[in-house]
Amino acid sequence: MKGNEALAEAAMRAGCKCFFGYPITPQTELAAYMAKRMQKNGGVFLQAESEIAAINMVLGAASTGVRAMTSSSSPGISLKSEGISYLAGSDLPCVIINVERGGPGLGGIQPSQADYWQATKGLGHGDFHLLVYAPASVQEMVDMVVKAFDKADEYRMPALILADGLLGQMMEPVAFPEIKAEMPDKSSWATNGHKNKREHHIINSLYLTPDELEKTVLDRYERYAVIKENETDAETYLTEDADIVVCAFGATARVVKSAVNDARDQGIKVGMFRPKTLWPYPNKEIKKACENASKVLSVEMNMGQMVDDIKLALNCEKPVEFFGRTGGVIPTPAEVLAKIKAMGGNN
Amino acid sequence: MAKMTVRAERCKGCGLCANACPKKIIEINKEKRNKAGYFTAECVDENACIGCAMCAMMCPDCCITVEK
Amino acid sequence: MAVVFERPKALCDVPLHYCPGCTHGIVHRLVAEVIDEMGIEGDTIGICPVGCSVMAYNYFNCDMIEAPHGRAPAVATGVKRTNPDKFVFTYQGDGDLAAIGTAETVHAATRGENIVVIFINNTIYGMTGGQMAPTTIPGQVTQTTPYGRDPELAGYPVRVCEMLSTLTGTALAQRVAVDSVPHIRETKAAIKKAFENQRDKKGFSIVEVLSTCPTNWGMTPLKALERLREEMIPYYPLGVYKDSTAGGKD
Repeated sequence: MKGNEALAEAAMRAGCKCFFGYPITPQTELAAYMAKRMQKNGGVFLQAESEIAAINMVLGAASTGVRAMTSSSSPGISLKSEGISYLAGSDLPCVIINVERGGPGLGGIQPSQADYWQATKGLGHGDFHLLVYAPASVQEMVDMVVKAFDKADEYRMPALILADGLLGQMMEPVAFPEIKAEMPDKSSWATNGHKNKREHHIINSLYLTPDELEKTVLDRYERYAVIKENETDAETYLTEDADIVVCAFGATARVVKSAVNDARDQGIKVGMFRPKTLWPYPNKEIKKACENASKVLSVEMNMGQMVDDIKLALNCEKPVEFFGRTGGVIPTPAEVLAKIKAMGGNN
Repeated sequence: MAKMTVRAERCKGCGLCANACPKKIIEINKEKRNKAGYFTAECVDENACIGCAMCAMMCPDCCITVEK
Repeated sequence: MAVVFERPKALCDVPLHYCPGCTHGIVHRLVAEVIDEMGIEGDTIGICPVGCSVMAYNYFNCDMIEAPHGRAPAVATGVKRTNPDKFVFTYQGDGDLAAIGTAETVHAATRGENIVVIFINNTIYGMTGGQMAPTTIPGQVTQTTPYGRDPELAGYPVRVCEMLSTLTGTALAQRVAVDSVPHIRETKAAIKKAFENQRDKKGFSIVEVLSTCPTNWGMTPLKALERLREEMIPYYPLGVYKDSTAGGKD
């Protein structure tokens, strides 16, 4: 199944009741699949007039307690950033998919990972974070979208799947989970009509008193601390004895894995570290993976946006080099292997 | 018999009620301020009130009750 | 003696933050009266704008959501589509609805989104201190049109009801005013009709309410009502611009 379609199917199985989107390459199949299936499943599909409207429709639907989702690609995600900030500021759960393409500006339509900073550092104004998942296979897209809905509800915050055009267009066999029957109870805050049985609920992100606003932010950061402790996830591959650990996320990790295998065939002690959660960043996991390494390499489809996070996780104790291609160019295993060798990767 | 009552602590003394009153029996009392510092409206001739509720309909602060 | 006029239950019993003589409070009360009369408070969700009425979520007893600037019709769409049996209304000012939120307004209308939009047109941005609105009348002095709105520089105002009345999805587009008791009665009837349209699944209903902003107009509340009558109503004539339930075209 195609990655984009698998994302859509998995979302519906996770209990997503509505999808609001706007056409943009390369995530189009996702919306088309939703249009075909969502209504038949008793849900809502609506093509909005803009990315801005789509994310605000998500805000409205999420306010009433239903599982809501939107998807887009890089330039469209920029437009959604206003709404994402409001969703975070209103403590509303939802799932957002970014099937990244090259940027900045209109950029290109080929695969890219140049929205790493946007996703992990600045998807909107104000002090807030999103849960950010980076799948590396179609199966992982399925698993992560289900997890994203669950975790978004658990922590009352938006979750983002940071995919790329490569994964979105890729076809792989997948196993889908059972359709989720039980949904979390949101009756303590949802604005779905009080039926004269409770006080009215207010979904809001405005606090005119600085102390009050600070308190809401601090409360949110307490939750973030719990998330940092409990929700990090990563894959390690042949790192135990590795002299060089190559870090990569998403589709790039597949290229890196090939390069690592090729290097191992040549007797070079190299391993791979792949963060599956980009926020929270798996600091403990990368520290452990790089324990025996003398050097670290980050390979990305951008200009090195993850490098600083690796350095911080390692307290700058190991040199971190970078290799990447950008603008929609996909690095090849041979290029990565050449870089590993240039770093003096030895037996 | 009719009566209009102004909830003085909510009144901002805008005068829209007095303007709407067909009997012209509502005035802003310039002697009395409420806690918020506003002069407030009051009925100066209770016997003349006809209970039409036009004052209450005009009141932007919804602080007038009318009985009849 | 029996009570012939009191505060509607759907209006929270709290002081309103609006300036003295600001007509927001009248419109809030009328919406609340309609909610009471239809007995729908428990099934109603209101969407607030950004602007002076941003804190309307504290004033209505039904469930309330505060939307980003201009996005209330999109938020309302998300609520209504997933909760079609609930009543959903937005309450928006002129900057919110007819400038930054024009796309959301026009497209909610053209989709025939089954919601009620209460649109407060007072020809000025109130919350930010009196700048030119999309509805500011030519010649009107504001902070950002200090020499009066010059259409050569700032373009012409948007007549929202006229514009939306051209769209098939609009069920009701009516302009009313709250400058006098008879007009207030008309306003309430229009709001009630809009909510009844939603109950009867007729589609998008907008009630444009010509309102005052004494503070930013630099007028007393009474003078402001006069300006509404003498300057606004001639430029924005009252009336029903579209009523698909009346057997007209569309």
